Amino acid sequence: MADFLIGLGLPGWLAWSIAALVSAVLLLNVIAGGALVFIWAERKIAARIQDRLGPTRTGGRFGWLQSLADGIKLLAKEDLMPEGADGLLFRLAPYVSFCASFCAFIALPFAFDVVGQRLNVGVFFVVAVLGLEVFGVILAGYASASKWSLFGAMREAAQVVSYEVPLGMCVVVPVMLAGTMDLVTIGEKQAGWMSNWYLFHDPFTFVIFWVYVTCAVASVNRAPFDLAEAESELVAGFHTEYSGLRWSFFFMAEYGSMFLVSALAAVLFLGGWNGPVPVAQLVGLSEGTGDSAAYFVRLLGLANLITKATLGVLLMMWIRWTLPRLRIDQVMTTCLKYCTPIAAVMFAGAMFWQLLLPGGLLPGWSRPAGEIREGWLEGPGGLPTPLPAAAASSESSGLATRSPR
Amino acid sequence: MRGPGFLESIEAACPGAVVGSQLEAIDPWIEIAPARIADVCQWLKTAGEPRFDALQCITAVDWFEPDPKKAAKVTWQPHLEMVYHLWSTPARASLVLKVKLPRWSGDVAGHLPELPSVTGVWRTADWHEREVYDLSGVMFTGHPDLRRILCPEDWVGYPLRKDYEMPLDYHGIRGR
Amino acid sequence: MSNLIDDDPRIIEFDVRTDEMLVNMGPQHPSTHGVLRLVLRTDGEIVSETEPHIGYLHRCAEKIGENVSPRQWIPYTDRLDYLAAMNMNLGWALTVEKLMRHEVGEKARHLRVLIAELNRVASHLVGMGAYGLDLGTFSPFLYAFREREKILDLFEEACGARLTYSYLTVGGATADLPPGWLQKCEAFLDQFEPIIKEYHALLTTNAIFVKRTAGIGVLSRDMAIDYGCSGPVLRGSGVDQDMRRDGESIYTGMYDGYAFEVAVQKDGRYPRDHTYPSVPKEAVLGDCWHRFFVRMLEVVQSMDLIRQAIDRYAACREPLGEPLKLAEKLPVGDAYLETEAPKGQMGFYIIGNGTSIPWRVRARSSSFSNLSVTHELCRGCLIADVPAIVGSLDIVMGEIDR
Repeated sequence: MADFLIGLGLPGWLAWSIAALVSAVLLLNVIAGGALVFIWAERKIAARIQDRLGPTRTGGRFGWLQSLADGIKLLAKEDLMPEGADGLLFRLAPYVSFCASFCAFIALPFAFDVVGQRLNVGVFFVVAVLGLEVFGVILAGYASASKWSLFGAMREAAQVVSYEVPLGMCVVVPVMLAGTMDLVTIGEKQAGWMSNWYLFHDPFTFVIFWVYVTCAVASVNRAPFDLAEAESELVAGFHTEYSGLRWSFFFMAEYGSMFLVSALAAVLFLGGWNGPVPVAQLVGLSEGTGDSAAYFVRLLGLANLITKATLGVLLMMWIRWTLPRLRIDQVMTTCLKYCTPIAAVMFAGAMFWQLLLPGGLLPGWSRPAGEIREGWLEGPGGLPTPLPAAAASSESSGLATRSPR
Repeated sequence: MRGPGFLESIEAACPGAVVGSQLEAIDPWIEIAPARIADVCQWLKTAGEPRFDALQCITAVDWFEPDPKKAAKVTWQPHLEMVYHLWSTPARASLVLKVKLPRWSGDVAGHLPELPSVTGVWRTADWHEREVYDLSGVMFTGHPDLRRILCPEDWVGYPLRKDYEMPLDYHGIRGR
Repeated sequence: MSNLIDDDPRIIEFDVRTDEMLVNMGPQHPSTHGVLRLVLRTDGEIVSETEPHIGYLHRCAEKIGENVSPRQWIPYTDRLDYLAAMNMNLGWALTVEKLMRHEVGEKARHLRVLIAELNRVASHLVGMGAYGLDLGTFSPFLYAFREREKILDLFEEACGARLTYSYLTVGGATADLPPGWLQKCEAFLDQFEPIIKEYHALLTTNAIFVKRTAGIGVLSRDMAIDYGCSGPVLRGSGVDQDMRRDGESIYTGMYDGYAFEVAVQKDGRYPRDHTYPSVPKEAVLGDCWHRFFVRMLEVVQSMDLIRQAIDRYAACREPLGEPLKLAEKLPVGDAYLETEAPKGQMGFYIIGNGTSIPWRVRARSSSFSNLSVTHELCRGCLIADVPAIVGSLDIVMGEIDR
């Protein structure tokens, strides 16, 4: 987009700022809108799981405006702050949490090249920035001047920091298979049929996906790992003292992170924006066919990724409304005694598999003719797919390129 | 078990402890001397046959008629009565002990009557004695932690006494 | 504070000195089942000391009892254990009947069994659901309430109230069951029976649930008796005692001819463990899991009793009979009776002095004694275990504070 604006005669800095602003606003809307939809969905799903109806009236039918009504209520609520609270930190904390969750979206590709900022270390960036969310929680717990908040913050700190380890190991496996940390490339390498997904790459990746799911649920503080808010033990944990809009920022950050880790799972393991069946390619459409075809393919990819990420979020909701909560020591045991060793073994396994059977067990079947743009990364066993000239020229480096159109 | 034989075995184990008894009542009861209640209970729990290993309830009854017209008609002297309901888990049998206490120690109003605590015998007695202290005003000697339990700690008076008057005001809250 | 730490032998073993923190759990806290306040002394997540503070719901029930006639006190018994008001009504009614040496007719007897056991199911459903809530799972709570709602509908049809019934009263019950009620009750039982399996799947056998409850808050047999625990808490510790079988004749007579097995682990097995989930190997007798499981078994047991009672009640042809007069004169004397309420043994004590107003009324509640064991169970546990332990005792503040 910046190129387009420069082409219109705008100075470079202005064009870049406008392009960045548009991306930021779009992403913000994705998070805020997504949170609204997911909160509504969670209420409806929880209600259906529990044999209730959930919201039915707001907005006419199905209560689809319920989250918006809640948002208005939250805006109108009195903004309370405990007397002994550390004012600055107390106010800062929700924004820190939200910003961390939001920033991670910058590097998340929604379809091929539909990404806020394509980074060659995208995976690293997303995981690292997502980990910053814990700062907001710790600040909130510390600044609230409430013992329950402090307990919640300490739990969150211990839990999130511990789960970063197995989470990192899980994330490294697709990186290793793809040979790049660029999320766009990782996603693109799984193009083609469903069997190309890294989930089905080998048995080790299949196992490690489920480890990733466990760790992802834990790192975004969802049941059964929602110890930081644990309403039956810690009243509401770190956000005990928050009300109104500040509280809703924590909530949005939570839903944002949920979507993010689900989308990350989709990109890393579930083929990203590539559907189970390469419909576009079967009918002969691809990025290289033409501009309108490229848009169509990307739109299709967008729908694919959002569907996958949404399914991930729904899975988390399903888990939440089914299982009891673990205890803090059990959460740590799960992480340190189960997730980490399993992830380590699976990592080693995936590595050897890749070394010994680089083309998979059935090379001809598991890698049908798909569109593999990053041809230079393919080993000798890779497929001799011809690179479309247009795509290859702009994306061949795998380095950070410009923002999406 | 509820017959005179049982009474005699208590008498033999703790001489002078049994002050009276009523074996024809709906729940036959034995009256114990106030100073001996803890000893008797200890014996009943550890050595008696059957062993009364559980305490069901401790009740304090205030025998006092505040209305002078009615008070002239009553046949008893004003006193406090402690009722202990014991239970034997192995024998599935119950036993009632009663202890008569003066309403005020030395008949000086405000001086609580004293009674040995049975907390050392049954842990149930801990909270039950605190409740009796709180609501009926009996001082249990040897109780580890005798505080008010149901009323606030700065409450004045013993509400289950018959001459108790609800305070007009408690921290600015209207009482009556 | 520093002195406490210096004196504590456990802490000196560590290099890092930690500071202890006093935390107030309650009176406003999501999982203290009402207005219970627990003062926790914590060292990080570890609770070194727990002290319950009660009395926030004290409503002078015993003092009121000294000023109204026994039948007028029935509504106050509703408010003791408000989740099992029928059982409270029954306990008080039987105590007064014991003092007056009154015996109710055959039809009233079966009606009482029927209603009391139905309320036991409702109470255990709340206990089960709320326990799930304590452990952080919300759905079983609503599944339990959905079924309890149907029981409340039945009660509403029988007496017009949904929570505080005042239905069973001195000398019988206030009214006979409406026509068609028994069929509705049977339909409910038929519909409810398979749902218990769902509860077992969601909670009893759930791996996380077992991890959270098995081996936690172990209450030994001796300690349970010493603290006067009763009901499922006592039976969960392996003490074979149920007032419906072991109590006084006026109460056990009510269950004459009824077949039921006390839900307690004997020789390592529960009476019904062939049809219901087996005990997980982590579970220790007397822990939270066993207390919970005993409650679940009692639901089945009560349903069995309800079916028996329906048959017997339907077979009675004579009328129900009128309850005693509101201002019936009480004989001189005293009577104490413990009945098996869902939460444990509910004892009522009444002293009559020849007038219609009792001289003294006393309610000995099971939750009161059950709660007093908290500080023993919570010693050295984690903060997350405190709700798990308190929840497994299934207390109701209404009957603790009275």
